[in-house]
Parts: sequence; C-alpha cells; structure tokens
Amino acid sequence: MLGGTLKISKHKNLDLSSVKLATKDLKAQFGKAQVLKGINLNFPENKVTAIMGPSGCGKTTLIRCLNRIHELTPNAKVEGEVILDGVNIYSPQVDPVVVRRRIGMVFQKANPFPTMSIFDNAVAGLKLAGVRDKEKLDSVAEKSLRMAFLWDEVKDDLKKSGVNLSGGQQQRLCIARALAVEPEVVLMDEPCSALDPLATAKIEESIVALKKEFTIIIVTHNMQQAARISDFTAFMYLGQLIEFDTTSEVFENPKSELTEKYITGKFG
Amino acid sequence: MRTSDLPASISLWRKIVNKLMTILVIVAVILAVIPLLLILGDVVIRGAPALSLGFLIHSLPTSTKGLSGGIGPAIVGSFTMVGIAALISVPIGVGAGIFFSEWASSRLSTISGFMNDVLTGFPSIVIGLFVFVIIVLPTKQSSAFAGGVALSFVMLPIIARTTGESLKLVPMTLREASMALGIPRWKTVIRIVISTGKRGLLTGILLAVARATGETAPILLTASTSIYFAKSIFQPTASLTVFIYNYGTSGSASWQTEAWGAALVLILIMLGLNLLVKLTIGRNPIGARMEL
Repeated sequence: MLGGTLKISKHKNLDLSSVKLATKDLKAQFGKAQVLKGINLNFPENKVTAIMGPSGCGKTTLIRCLNRIHELTPNAKVEGEVILDGVNIYSPQVDPVVVRRRIGMVFQKANPFPTMSIFDNAVAGLKLAGVRDKEKLDSVAEKSLRMAFLWDEVKDDLKKSGVNLSGGQQQRLCIARALAVEPEVVLMDEPCSALDPLATAKIEESIVALKKEFTIIIVTHNMQQAARISDFTAFMYLGQLIEFDTTSEVFENPKSELTEKYITGKFG
Repeated sequence: MRTSDLPASISLWRKIVNKLMTILVIVAVILAVIPLLLILGDVVIRGAPALSLGFLIHSLPTSTKGLSGGIGPAIVGSFTMVGIAALISVPIGVGAGIFFSEWASSRLSTISGFMNDVLTGFPSIVIGLFVFVIIVLPTKQSSAFAGGVALSFVMLPIIARTTGESLKLVPMTLREASMALGIPRWKTVIRIVISTGKRGLLTGILLAVARATGETAPILLTASTSIYFAKSIFQPTASLTVFIYNYGTSGSASWQTEAWGAALVLILIMLGLNLLVKLTIGRNPIGARMEL
C-alpha cells in the first residue's frame, strides 16, 4: 500500500484572474465505478498544463469532462462544476455544443475523417457548421495547418485523402482541425502516445508555440514529456488530485511522498 | 526431449489421413457447386431459344398459336414493383438502421431489432396474404401498388439490419471527433457517420433489391398478372416471377420455352445485381457477412 498524504500546494504566484478553466469538486462515474473523486483544479490561461499519473488514475476521464465528451459514453455520470471564464459549463442553460466549440480536443489516436481530403479535414469544423465562403476556408485551412506545423508537408496535396498520411501527420492534421474552429482551450489526450520520437518532437514543438494563443491542457503518461513542454503539472492518483504546481516545483521539489515516488519511478 | 527423439518425418498414417481429408473437402465443394451449375445450365439451354429482342420488349402475341407474349410487361412490372418497394422501404429501413446503431444501448433498440430479424425470415407468402387482405380485398383490385407494398415488407428488415450493422462499424472515435468540434449530434450522424458507412448502406439496399426481384408469392397474391403493359400502378401487373409460374405450368410447349426464357432473363438480372454488390462491398466486410 503506497503511503503519502494529499497536499495541494498553494502557489503564491498563481494570479487567479489568469485562470481560464477551473474544476470545482468534479466527480465522475462509469456505471458503479467512481473514477473521479472530487477534483479541484485551476488551469492558467495561455499556459500548458500537464496532467500526469499512472494508468487508471482518472486523467483521461478528467479531460473528457472538461469539454463534456465524457457524458456521451453510456453509463457515464458527472457531478460538480467546470468553470470556463466564470460560467459553469454543466449548468442546464449551457448548450454542450457551444462549450465544445470553445474547448477543443485532440484524441489519443489520430482520427481524421476518412471520407474527406486533407483540406476538408482541416476545415471540417467550419464546413459542417455551414461556412461556405471559399476564401475564408482557404485562409483558415492554411493558418491552422501552419499552426500545427503541417502546412509545408501537405500544401501541394490538399485534395488528397486525409488517411493516407503518416501517423504523426494525421495527428497534426487533427490538431489543425481542432484549431480551425478557434477554441480558447485545447485539450490533448496523450496525443503522442502512438507516435515515434521524431513525430512526437514535432508535435511538442507546435504545442509550445500554440500556448501564445490558446490554453493547453495535455494528459500524458510520459513524465519526461510533461517536464519538457508544460508550465504547470498536476499529478493524479486513483481519482484524486495529489499535487499541482509549476512543473519545475513538482519535479524538483515535490510536496507529496506519492509524487516523489512516481517521479523517481518507484511505481507507475 | 532431445533432437534425436523427434521423428524423422511425418508417419505414413498421418500422410494418408491428410490426403484423404483434403480430397473429401474438395469433393464436398464440388457437390455444393453442382446444383447451381446444373440449374444454370438447364436455364441457359432451355431459355436461350426463347430469347430475342422482340421477346424482351413486346407484349403483343408473338405467335399465331393463340395468346402468348413477350416479357416486356413482366420486366417493366417487376422493376415497377421493386421500385415502389424501394421508395417505401429505403427511407424507413435506413432510419431504423440509424436508430439501431446510434441508440444501440436502448431497450427499444434491442426489442425492435429482434422483431426486425424475425421479419427477415418471414414466409413471404404470409406477407403476400396479409397485403392481399389489407389492400387488395378492400379495393377489390390487384395492383402493382399492392405488390410494391408487399415487397417492401420483404426489403425493409434487410435494409434496417444491414444499415444498423454498417453504421455500428463506424468507430466511436469519429463521432467523438465531430462532436468535439462543436457539431451537434444529428449533423454528426448524417454528415460523418452515414458518409463513412455509405458503402455498407448501398450494399444492404442492393441485397434487398436482389431478394425482392426474385420473390413470387407476395406479388402473385397482390399484383396478380397481366399480358399487357400496365397503364397505372393501380391495376393488375405482370412480373417476371409470376410469368415464369404461369407459363411454366401451362400445357403449351412454346409457352414453357418462354417461361425458361423469362427465367434466364431473371437469372441474368440477379447475377448483375450480385456483381454490383461485390463491386460496392470493396473494403466493406459487412456486405459479405450479410449475403442472404
């Protein structure tokens, strides 16, 4: 039985007015299993926050609650609040469709739409929402493909099918697709876990560049990745938040024994 | 166990059994294919003499030995009734299939899915009798319309099941990707799910059409028969299958030849439809599993 007390460090320099997204006593269930046991977390604006922890700690469920995708799974239940710019996105007056336009998501395995070309995939969010203006679509496609560091590789092949790209390119296409609808927050669920180191490096490069315009929340089981690209890190274990602080503090000066054990590889 | 303990080669007994089993399964395959080849051969040999352009197009008597006919009205009648059946069964079937797939966990889905599968194997003569009672008797009229309705009962469960299974094959992650872009659920189903699964849908519809084209009992009881091109869908209408039944069981040798000719035409249409199915299956495995 692993010991360690639950300690949440009060970060002195975290200005609360710069919090973009926050959870308040967030609980989630899958059928009978209580996957999230009351999470209180603040995600700073225009920063990269990594959520890490061993398998089964609830990090994927947490991120799926942030854009109300978790509730689409049968037998899933969510309690508590998720607050975006002061508004609880789970209140009954809020339309989940609108929430998902403001909080975008990139999935663990790249999922470009197989019936669409690269161009159509990139602007899918706009096209499906009814945008027809060709100039606008062209400029948005180029902008988001550039932001995902994919433009140079595909600019001559935009009409080709989206699924004929390599795994890393497909994932960057999915990132471009998510960015094209101009969300404020981008959620990433282990986006590099199925990719080789070269592809991973390219995506990490783009993530660091993206935080100027977006708030990024990335789930990762790769500690080194969290250390490389994130400004803040949250460590979770068995459905609870164990520690949250700037990345350097968490890795160099962990307050909780559990965190220390995880970081030093004593379990994982 | 040391290498020297292993037998130098497979024993003779094992070799004999291997060979024997191989021969047995090859014989089984040949036996399975023989009936099809015999029937095809028979139809081609007996039906070919009846074929001519006039046979295919005309309805007027083609011989002076009394009323006999080309199968023009029968071909048009069959297509008309299958067409009416498709107009009814495709929208309803696809809609039901969407429900089976997108609301798969609901109780209504399980119950209606079971009922749907029961209807798939329903004796088509009972379907014909049912439509006879509800449409033909009250209107005192055999009609292509009634025939079309009867055939739609045959097509509907096939389309519903194949649509449902094809859409279920579309990975959940694609729906989530679409919804994560802020696309509402109904748009996700229509623009992403159906679009990705459209090959399977087409396959299912073609299979249902092939099945309906070959049906006899339902249209015998509802559309009756005719030797003329029908002027409206509300009168007795000829069809290939009923033509085969009537002319094949008649006493006249020339009429029987014409029945074989019609059979040949019907077989060719079925082969054509099945080829189309094979072409649309392509990368979609669902059609292969659902072939009836």
